[in-house]
Amino acid sequence: MAQVQLNNIGKTYPNGFEALHPTSFEIAEGEFTVLVGPSGCGKSTLLRMVAGLEDITSGELQIAGRVVNNVEPAERDIAMVFQNYALYPHMTVRKNIGYGLKNRGTSKQAIAQKVDEAAALLNLGDYLDRKPSQLSGGQRQRVAMGRAIVRDPALFLFDEPLSNLDAKLRNQMRIEIKALQRRLGVTSIYVTHDQVEAMTMADRIIVMNAGRIEQIGTPSEVYHNPASTFVAAFMGAPPMNLFPAKVTDGQVMLGDQPLCAAPAQGAVTAGIRPEDFTLDATGPLSMDVQIIEELGAHRLLHGTLGAHSVTVHVSNDISAATGLQRLSVRPDAVCLFNATDGKRL
Amino acid sequence: MKRAGFTTVSLPVLLLLPQLVIIAVFFYWPTVVALQSSFYLQDPFGFGSTFVGLQNYIDLFGSREYRRIASFTVVFSLLVTFFSLAIALVLAVKADKVLRGARTYRTLLMWVYAVAPPVAGFIAVIMFNQSWGPLTEFFGFFGHDYMVGVNFNDTAFSMILASVWKQVPVNFIFFLSGLQSIPRSVREAALIDNRSASGRFWDVTFPLLAPTGFFLLIINITYSLFDTFGIVDIVVKGEPGNNPMTLVYKVYVDGFRGNDLGGSSAQSVILMVLVLALTIFQFRLIDRRIHYT
Repeated sequence: MAQVQLNNIGKTYPNGFEALHPTSFEIAEGEFTVLVGPSGCGKSTLLRMVAGLEDITSGELQIAGRVVNNVEPAERDIAMVFQNYALYPHMTVRKNIGYGLKNRGTSKQAIAQKVDEAAALLNLGDYLDRKPSQLSGGQRQRVAMGRAIVRDPALFLFDEPLSNLDAKLRNQMRIEIKALQRRLGVTSIYVTHDQVEAMTMADRIIVMNAGRIEQIGTPSEVYHNPASTFVAAFMGAPPMNLFPAKVTDGQVMLGDQPLCAAPAQGAVTAGIRPEDFTLDATGPLSMDVQIIEELGAHRLLHGTLGAHSVTVHVSNDISAATGLQRLSVRPDAVCLFNATDGKRL
Repeated sequence: MKRAGFTTVSLPVLLLLPQLVIIAVFFYWPTVVALQSSFYLQDPFGFGSTFVGLQNYIDLFGSREYRRIASFTVVFSLLVTFFSLAIALVLAVKADKVLRGARTYRTLLMWVYAVAPPVAGFIAVIMFNQSWGPLTEFFGFFGHDYMVGVNFNDTAFSMILASVWKQVPVNFIFFLSGLQSIPRSVREAALIDNRSASGRFWDVTFPLLAPTGFFLLIINITYSLFDTFGIVDIVVKGEPGNNPMTLVYKVYVDGFRGNDLGGSSAQSVILMVLVLALTIFQFRLIDRRIHYT
């Protein structure tokens, strides 16, 4: 059963700006869905509409089988974790976590018990009587999580919750959040602009661009079968290499070398992931390697292939040198896109 | 971190001198003179003075009139402070929610701030004019014969109304900026945690406004005690008689009308102690209890 259902949900601001084109998708119960896209793509607007912090200008939103378009945020049975934590600065950690329960008429005894449980789960036991200003960034993040889980809502909403943390803490919290969500089994929508977060945390990724959904799929689908050049370039670090190519005699030609069989005629865009190239002395492609990035477990070779810049990913047991190198590509690793609208062929 | 410092003592003293001179001449000297003359009985025509010790203070505390004016001042200050803060807070909360034409609305609300206190008092006198004041006519509808300067309560009401009206814009500006400095996400978090708008206000918005509110409380008490002089003066029109007046106004009346400089000085010393107590109260007691982000 779908826990969250969006039917042609759209958002147009009074000044006529269409922040979100009518969008439909479903989120299954217990699923961890990540909305990812560059800033201004409408992902936060979409999340805030689900939360009830922004009006829905068109379409229908259902949470747990109930239409909630005109339901107050407090009555949608959701909990939200904000980017800057949004803790109440004048309340102790205990009161911060318990505030939502108190307003829902939970007895004092039950609140105390639930707050203690949540605190134990998040290792916040020693900090319950502190104010948020006395906590570190990671601890504040945990309090914000505690405030969300203590209510046992039908839906968790995360609005870029890790972007204020430093890189190391972010990696740690990423795993903690994912583990916690698994354990509690609560349906979640997580907004981020960081494609690594999206890839590592999501059951399903929704890639957005300019107020539209570009692709919905599992991390593996989105990575290996991008629906458009936008998705290909956005997901993956480094991103997919994109080359303009021509089709002659049913073959996609990169320069004068055939890459793979072509389904269409005319101009196409060929996309190849950096790791799908192989250094091969007898390979058909010739790359001029200019810079080698040493990343420990692997190396990135940056250079040009014909007139286009290219990045190639090789494992660290393969020796690499600057200058001309021969490359080969498996035909099935090539993704082809329409050269005009960027859609997958 | 390296701290820059002066190698000689004379240069910093020289740089501080203008400020020190101003403070000494305009603050400490008058204070000392007031303190000194409060122990003397001054000849009304300036032919010398007699040391009377604490007699001026004893006379004051024994005077029924002084106690009456002191208790009126307390009531006046409490009412002015409470209503200027409460009305300003309501206006600020409402103005904060206005989306369209917000700037015009705010400017209009701040306008009164530019009105000088005597002018505010004068406007009050016009509004309550015995023969054609619109507010006098308004009370006439309800059968009340409103008489400023004759009826004690009517005069007091006019003074309070003018003082509140004059102070609301200042408080409004501070409350509004206080409201706008509350992070939007904190209010949104409250929106998800609490369905009741008034609950959100008292649990989240109000406590976060407390630093602003406390600052304004002190400012308003000081205002109602001291800065309402102009309003009181215009409404009472220099004819104290049985009319209500505040302690500050009585200092003026006794000193410059009654030529009792000694008694008047004793009154100002009492007011000084009051301000001192208020300041200590501000910094010692409440500052620590209020959350500052």
